[in-house]
This record gives sequence, C-alpha cells and structure tokens, in this order.
Amino acid sequence: MKLTPYEQSLLEGAEGRGVQKAMEIVVALGRIYGAEDLVEVSSAQVAGVSYKNLGEAGLEFLSDWAAQGARVRIPTTLNPAGLDLHSWHQLGFDAEFAAEQQRVLETFAAMGIPPSCTCTPYLVGNTSKLGEHIAWAESSAVSFANSVLGARTNREGGPSALAAAIVGRTARYGLHLDANRRARLVVEVRCPVRSFSDFGALGILVGQQAHNRVPYLRGLDVSRLAGSVGIDLLKTLGAAMAASGAVALYHIEGVTPESGEPDIIVPDAEQITIADLTPGYRALDQSGHFAVDLVWFGCPHASLTELEEIVRLLNGRRCKVPLWVTMARTLQDEAARSGLLQRFEALGGRVVADTCLVVAPMQGLGFQSVATPCAKGAYYVPTHSGMAVHFNSPEVCVETAVTGRWVAEAGGVEG
Amino acid sequence: MKRLTGRVIKHGRASGIALVSPEPISFFGMVDVDTGIVIEPGHPLMGERIGGRVLVFPTGKGSTVGSYSLYRLAKAGHAPAAILNFESDPIVAVGAIISDIPMVDQVDISQIHTGDWVHVEGEQVIVDS
Repeated sequence: MKLTPYEQSLLEGAEGRGVQKAMEIVVALGRIYGAEDLVEVSSAQVAGVSYKNLGEAGLEFLSDWAAQGARVRIPTTLNPAGLDLHSWHQLGFDAEFAAEQQRVLETFAAMGIPPSCTCTPYLVGNTSKLGEHIAWAESSAVSFANSVLGARTNREGGPSALAAAIVGRTARYGLHLDANRRARLVVEVRCPVRSFSDFGALGILVGQQAHNRVPYLRGLDVSRLAGSVGIDLLKTLGAAMAASGAVALYHIEGVTPESGEPDIIVPDAEQITIADLTPGYRALDQSGHFAVDLVWFGCPHASLTELEEIVRLLNGRRCKVPLWVTMARTLQDEAARSGLLQRFEALGGRVVADTCLVVAPMQGLGFQSVATPCAKGAYYVPTHSGMAVHFNSPEVCVETAVTGRWVAEAGGVEG
Repeated sequence: MKRLTGRVIKHGRASGIALVSPEPISFFGMVDVDTGIVIEPGHPLMGERIGGRVLVFPTGKGSTVGSYSLYRLAKAGHAPAAILNFESDPIVAVGAIISDIPMVDQVDISQIHTGDWVHVEGEQVIVDS
C-alpha cells in the first residue's frame, strides 16, 4: 500500500504511540481489503459508546488510548450512550451504570469528542456533501450518509472509525471507490408505500434479499420523499435495510443523488419485485395479544418534524401509556426553545435524549412490551433489550398511547 | 521443520505451542476474559486455555466488541502469544493491533497442528512438529 512520507512517519511513531496505533489500524484494514492508498476524511461518527456494549474491556482500551495521546483531528460525533445523561435518575436507570457511562464520555472528551450522543449526526450538524469521504460507524447513519447525502463511507466499526478520526484518514477501498457504489440488485416496488412504518417494512424486506449488495429501488412515489418528511422516511428505510441486511448504500430512482449516474446499475444485476409489505410487518410485529407498557418513537433518533407530527396526532389527548421519543439532545433543546417540547410534555409525552431502547439497559426498568413505528428498533429490541414488540404506523402507535390498548392487526394498517 | 509465509497484520516476534481451531473464533463471549479459557458450548476449543499459545484459526466472526475483548484478555495476561489466520477479518485484526499481539494471515494453516511448536517472526512462520 502506498503511504505518503507523512503517513509513513505517523506509522513509525513520529506523533506518539496513540497516533501510531491509530495509523496501524487504518493501514491494516487497508491491507486486508486491498486498498492502494489512504484517503483523507472530513468527519467521523464513532460507535461503541454505550457502556452496555463497551463493557469494562472497551472502556479500559479507550482510556489507555487517550492516555497515549490519541486526539481526533477532524469533526467527530458520538453514537448514543446507555442512558439520558440529564434525567437518567428520574427514568430509573442504575447509578453505578451511570457512573461508568460518565467515565466513557469523559474519555471521549479527552480525545476531543463532545458528547453529541446520537445516531443521527446528520440532523445535528455533522453533514457531508456529495462525493465527500468520511469514516462513519453506526449502520443507519452510514446508510443515510452514503445514500441520501452521497458521501462515501464504509461500515466502520467503533475502533476503526475512531482510528480514522485520530489520523484524519481511512483506507481507500469498498464504498470509497466508484465501482463499488453501483447497484447489484434492482427492486421493483409494486405496492403502495405510504406511512413511516410502510417504509420501514419495505426496508426490512429489501435488506433480507440484498444482504450486503447495493440495491436500486424503483416504483416509489417520489413526491412523498421530498422535504423534511421525506428525510424521515429515507432515514427509517435505510436503517431497516442496514438491520435486516448489511446494506450500506441504496439508490432510489429520481430521489437519491447518485441514482441518475450513468451505469449506476451493473449489467448483470439481479431483479426482484416487492408487491406486498405484509411479510415485513409480520417479521417485526410479534403475534399474540399483549398489553403495551411503552410506546416508542425515535429509532433512528427522531427529528423535530417527527415530534411535531406526534403532537398533532395526540390532538390534545393525554397518554395513558408512557410515550417516549428518543432524540439528540440538541434537538430536544431546540424543541424546548420553540415550545414544542412543552406542548408534548403537557400531554404526558416524554423526550429521552442521548440514548435509545437498543443501547440502554432497559431490563431494569420493568417494561415488558413496546409499540413502535420504527423498523430498526422493532428489529433489535427483542434480542437487545428483551421486550416484546408491536410494530405499526405512527397513527396506530399514538392511538395505543392514548387508549392504552393495541388495536392493529399485523399487516400494514393504513394510517 | 516447515517454513510458511503469510502477510503481516501486526508485526512482531513470538513462539509457542499451537492451538488450532478448524472453526472461526469470536473473542466476544467465547473466551472467559478472566481465565483465557474457551467457554462457548460446542466450540471445538471448548475448555482449552488460549493464553500463551499460538492461536491458529481460519478467520474471525461476530460483534465488533470482540476487538475490545481481545484487548482485555491481553491486559489480564491471557492473550495468545500470536495469531495465525487463513483470512483475517477486521475485528480480530483490530484486536491484535490494539493489543500488541503478533498476527499473520494468508498462512496455509492446514500445515499446522495442535501441539506443534511455532515461531512467528514478521511474515515468517516456522513450524516444528
């Protein structure tokens, strides 16, 4: 692999052991994947933040790396933490866990990374332009950056994204190269895809068939995908594909920025048709009747548009069942300034910042079941947090919060 | 004595008795970090102690947390002396790098058997059975 004299010097330890270790990681990954050289990256998103996932081993490693002088040299944001950093106590999280989580965030702060704690860095200022090289972990953010923003990143892991942030470079392979951004699977969508949960169910079905291939979607109503509502729909679609498959990039005809490039579909691409979303709903909604202990929006983290829509659907009615919206703290602050947060809380809703139901130690809080319109969340919560899941449209989920009863049948209730 | 060569993932020099797994390894959940003993039910290395051995397996698998688990094993003194793979994966590779464990891949691991004495130096692998 070709390294510049400067890169070579970092590898030899010219800027200390911490930087050297980062360079070793970047170069080794490049060698494994056959990269010819490194490429400068303009931002990083680091995963492996929740103490629940990191554990003592991860924390120990991060502290040692920070002590060896590891500091990020590009704008870097963090994935969600294991709890709401301000109101964990009221929410019932364990004090010991909170202390460990705090140590993790102090370690990241020592490396120069502020506690942004969101899986939607692109909603809080970590945005990228078409063709920009970045190094992001967090599969849903990777998908959004590649597909909707047209930036270029592989699915980095926690340590490799951090290494890239420390040296400002990553190995040039995979999705950094034009050839690997072409679609190898064409998906003809032949059924209506309307609600937020429809897009999630579609994403689950596409991901199951795509595995790690780049899919190209046709037949979606393009007008629905415009504006801030469109951003929310693309966010849940991509997150679902990245959960059920390993899709890091997708194209939608007439919507995503690279979909119109010549030869964006390889000549021998496989063609499939999706004409029914029911299997997607069935895959996420656990059958059998049960009470709902919690209604949850915000996987990936909710936007202000989503929070506004929830308040509109509540229509002045109070929640009987706890209704949580997980989102970035900076967006919660913005909602507080505009009065949106107060309107939501007046109806019994609760914004939980910095974390989500997948990375928080939910087992200690006594919730047995959750209703959500978020496909990625529905996909992971049973295994990661041990709760039963109901999955349906935002309308159905809000009705559940208000009435305390789950009313929908699995299979795409129209909102 | 056999001389094999591979590709350096983490440069270093180490010797030890080979422990060969025919199946992929995840250090997350598979190995008890406090003892270095394999605890994954059904794994071919179940019950084996990996500390100080030259650990030979086809490739890695599983969660990205595995890199950190290997680091913790190393800090507790239970890391393998070296790692030899047929095809390295990013999780074990990153784990070896951050833990300073010599690692070579693209090695013809069919030439190595559990109990062989193995010396690793850079890309060179010397096997004495």
